[in-house]
Amino acid sequence: MTETVPTQRDASMALQKKILAEHYHALAQAPETGAKTAYTFVPGNLTELIRSFDMLPVLPEINALQSGMRKQSGDFVREAEKLGHSEDVCTYVKCDIGMLKGGNIGPTGEHLPDPDILLLSYTGCFTFMKWFELLKQEYDCEIVMLHVPYQGGGEITQEMVDYIVRQLEEQVIPKLEKVTGKTFDADAVSERLALSAQAEDDFVYVLESAKHRPSPIDGYFGGVFYIGPIFSAFRGTQAGIDYYRALRSEVDARIAAGKGPVTPAGEVTNEQYRLVVEGPPNWTHFREFWKMFYEENAVCVASTYTKVGGLYDRGFRHDPSNPLESLARYCLGCYTNLNLPQRVDLICDYVREYSADGFLINSVKSCNSFSAGQLVILREVEERTGVPGGFIESDLVDPRYFSAANIKNRLESYLQMIEQRRQPVGATG
Amino acid sequence: MTGMDCWVGIDLGSTTTKAIILDSDGEILGRGITNSRSNYDVACAVARAEAFVDARFALARRALEGDAALAARAQELLPIIAASFAEAKHNAALVSLREELLIAARNDFYEGWQPALDRVLGEIVDAMEARAHELFVPGADRKSDFFRDLASSTFMQLSEEAADPSTMPQDVLIGMFDKAIIKVENKELEVSFEEHVSQALDRLLAAAGLEADERARAGELMERAVALPLDERGHVGTGYGRARLPFPKASIRSEILCHGLGAHATFPTTRTVLDIGGQDTKAIQVDGRGIVTGFQMNDRCAAGCGRYLGYIADEMNLGVHELGPMAMKSTRKVKINSTCTVFAGAELRDRLNLGQKREDILAGLHRAIMLRAMSLLARSGGVHDEFTFTGGVARNPAAVRALRELVTENYGERKINISAASIYTGALGAAIFARRAEDADESTEEAAA
Repeated sequence: MTETVPTQRDASMALQKKILAEHYHALAQAPETGAKTAYTFVPGNLTELIRSFDMLPVLPEINALQSGMRKQSGDFVREAEKLGHSEDVCTYVKCDIGMLKGGNIGPTGEHLPDPDILLLSYTGCFTFMKWFELLKQEYDCEIVMLHVPYQGGGEITQEMVDYIVRQLEEQVIPKLEKVTGKTFDADAVSERLALSAQAEDDFVYVLESAKHRPSPIDGYFGGVFYIGPIFSAFRGTQAGIDYYRALRSEVDARIAAGKGPVTPAGEVTNEQYRLVVEGPPNWTHFREFWKMFYEENAVCVASTYTKVGGLYDRGFRHDPSNPLESLARYCLGCYTNLNLPQRVDLICDYVREYSADGFLINSVKSCNSFSAGQLVILREVEERTGVPGGFIESDLVDPRYFSAANIKNRLESYLQMIEQRRQPVGATG
Repeated sequence: MTGMDCWVGIDLGSTTTKAIILDSDGEILGRGITNSRSNYDVACAVARAEAFVDARFALARRALEGDAALAARAQELLPIIAASFAEAKHNAALVSLREELLIAARNDFYEGWQPALDRVLGEIVDAMEARAHELFVPGADRKSDFFRDLASSTFMQLSEEAADPSTMPQDVLIGMFDKAIIKVENKELEVSFEEHVSQALDRLLAAAGLEADERARAGELMERAVALPLDERGHVGTGYGRARLPFPKASIRSEILCHGLGAHATFPTTRTVLDIGGQDTKAIQVDGRGIVTGFQMNDRCAAGCGRYLGYIADEMNLGVHELGPMAMKSTRKVKINSTCTVFAGAELRDRLNLGQKREDILAGLHRAIMLRAMSLLARSGGVHDEFTFTGGVARNPAAVRALRELVTENYGERKINISAASIYTGALGAAIFARRAEDADESTEEAAA
């Protein structure tokens, strides 16, 4: 995200860039410093636990999306396809494999260390399992899987929580101890969880600021920057706390001044459309994609993608008094682990709470986890909330599936449809 | 003389560009269509100019129909006038074609051949001119309304006759035609109503046996129709090329909205609209006011759109307008699975090699297109009564037949509306938007228009 921060930068953006660069630098130095690394996924990540062992997390999805933003993913994807990975496979996976085969140079241009452990947090995405299976073939390292049961029944039961805690105690922690040679320290985890909870409060404040009119933030295109630290390596760190505190005060200042979100082309001064968005953004044409929205004065007030690393805005906080159970509940509650009715409920709530004019799905070609059921969601949300639904299609990091003219055409049509439906009967200009 | 207010809608599509002119009652005054070619600006200007000529024609028709002496004969006279105009336009294009062919021949590469080339090309165009009239006899069966299509089929035939494999190969002549026709298409040929009125009237005298006083009366009415100032009060553009239109942003509407409104204006009880154009397929749901409530479009791939048929026609050496009628002759069902345009070409050749009949395969291809449309319709919310089918493909009888079958199979009986002017639906919606923009206050009645 460092190279693609909006041109009109806030101090928080510079701060984020700085802490990310420091993190990647620490990773590059790991072979010298002896720091151990854990590769793991955003949904259901155990950052506080990993950090309590003084390990550094590496998040392959983040690397893939950053490669997408830096226009490198196309080559990586093609490289992976040359190795035999099908065109229909998740492009995050292929981008990661391609990057790995090209020398594992990370987004900041520094080398990423090999993993000491592959910590597979399996949270609602089947591909995660296949992804680490592939990485296991590349690295001679430990692998451990944390199986998070899907919320098929639409609720988190105590049995599910106990099941995860048992895996943490019997599988994950022993492996981390083995890799690091350190003993598990529950208090150290609790301390970090307390730090996380502080940052989480500020993070939620920022997300919910979009309920203001005009919204001071874009909860999707801006939101992907805001989730950066908390979804990746900075939960349970002072750097994370500092970042969200700074961000919060910037947002407060924008609210007080009645200002709209900052975009690469400046502030949105005339908010016309408030949208709730489902699905990840396209990363290869991120700015072009965003531009299609802000040029029409469309602001995304809430999104589900900014919940893949946890639904903090629905009340979840990491709880230092009960560390392992708290981590278990966190994993269970990520957006990717919600069933369809829960997703529909969440989106309908967002439409109402954020006074949205529309609900838009960006359907990602190579992501079955997100795409399955999206049209059902669309119909259901339209029916329940009465706001019009829109549907556009692109991909995560495969530039071949971003057809700008068509997406723009469809988005414009969609926004004009919203506009038309706002008019009183008869005055449908 | 008090002028007449009018509003213009332009639909700049990937294959054709359409223009519609509405009068102050919201009635269609004129239509114009041309192929979009590589130059959208010219396409826009040509379609628009054509629509204004057509508008004059409509005014003349109204005058004739409203005239006590001539009203009874209006139905007989109008096709003659229309044919006269079409022929005049065609002839003007032939003049331009002759010029451009001779320019194409003036190439150093053909040095020494020039006299022979000039002679042969001249003779071919002479013959084309001689044949032009029969294309425009009222009731004549023209394969296409576009000059390019008509001229190219005649040129192919005549050049084949004129060519000589050793001294004048046909492909040299065809190469010149290909160069010249692009130039002709990119010129705005001014065929004004004014210039052709007297020619049309002379033809009326001869063809319809008008008495001298009737001719004078008709002439007077025509002149009045010509003289009436048409005041363009507003315009709205839509379609793929809409960003190219020299209109302010407020005068640009998405084709989804325009098609929805255009279909509603044509068939007021429409609830679902399917539009299959050159490179996109749109499934649109509208409410009782013609307001779009939901839509789906193809976007990662254009298989199953109008171009698919164009490609198949090329593969089979047929005109795209010939596909439907041929597929209608099918007697056996052939199932085509691939909706990829390029693969469909391969499948077609493969099946021909297997001895399957061309018309059966074509019927299968039409069904394959409609299966894709059905999937889009399902995604948009299904097919509700009444169902209106628009776009260029709606003129293809085999496509319509396949659609009817599939709609009945999937949704039961639905009333399917297809207007003869369905290709103008987007332009009509755009023109209605233009008219509404002006007087939003009075638009209640227009919403139901």
